[in-house]
Amino acid sequence: MKKLFILIIIVALGSILYPLVNSFDGNSELPALAQYYAQQENITRVNSPNLVTAIVVTYRGLDTMGEVTILFLTAAIIAFFLKEGGAKRTLRLNSEIFKTSAQLLVPIIVMLGIYIFINGHLSPGGGFQGGAVIASAVILMLLASPNTELNHKFFESLESTSGLVFVGLAALGALLGLGYLDNAILPLGEYGKLFSAGAIPVIYSFVGLKVGAELSNILNKFQSVQSDK
Amino acid sequence: MLAMAIIAIYHKKLIVAVIATGALGLFASILYLLLAAPDVAMTEAAIGSGLSTIIFFYVLNRIRTDGEEKETGA
Repeated sequence: MKKLFILIIIVALGSILYPLVNSFDGNSELPALAQYYAQQENITRVNSPNLVTAIVVTYRGLDTMGEVTILFLTAAIIAFFLKEGGAKRTLRLNSEIFKTSAQLLVPIIVMLGIYIFINGHLSPGGGFQGGAVIASAVILMLLASPNTELNHKFFESLESTSGLVFVGLAALGALLGLGYLDNAILPLGEYGKLFSAGAIPVIYSFVGLKVGAELSNILNKFQSVQSDK
Repeated sequence: MLAMAIIAIYHKKLIVAVIATGALGLFASILYLLLAAPDVAMTEAAIGSGLSTIIFFYVLNRIRTDGEEKETGA
């Protein structure tokens, strides 16, 4: 009876959603909003080869700020609820191969993360992606040698400073009369160079540092509440 | 990708299901790459198949030890 009911619901949902799938044929041209962003005038105004980054940081910068705030709240709540047990864990030693390769890989992965967010306005990627890559390097380090203590002070101050700089740069645009989160507060530079596109690389670098610090903190909390009873 | 999703839902062992979820994220990121969205693909590869899998493992380990504690206590 119950299974029949579930089956009926699945069939009903399928029949509701089928026309959506059936009539989907993609767009032959950009929708109005995307057309506005992609017009030549706007591309030259933000001066960034990666239009996705320009949209995320400048036009939709407020949304990015919201996302960063949500991530900050998540990290804060996890830090609040996961208190360290203090019980010492006796761990099986990791294999030599894993430890050595982790030592070799961690700096390279961190460098890749930094590369991703510094070049966010030139190539695909940006603050969130770079931050996540850095956090994955941190977790690799924690897995390879679980007894390392992360420097909490450092991560927390890094996170707060980056957040403050992000908000400060955003507000600076408003103060200078260019508009909140406008990227033209710094010189726009030459199209396609590393130091170009105004404030976008600066803002995204700080977003990247912030995301990396927050995710590392979250993972470290999860690591520290593990017990082997 | 579909096979990974089905394994993630139906497999009896939770560890296998978690790994299948990670693989699903990896395939999803390849799909994003093919759909010309490299930014989203990067995010999915790093978070969907990397960090969330590890968080799942941590939580799984924590839950399992708690459960065993209860069994021995009773």
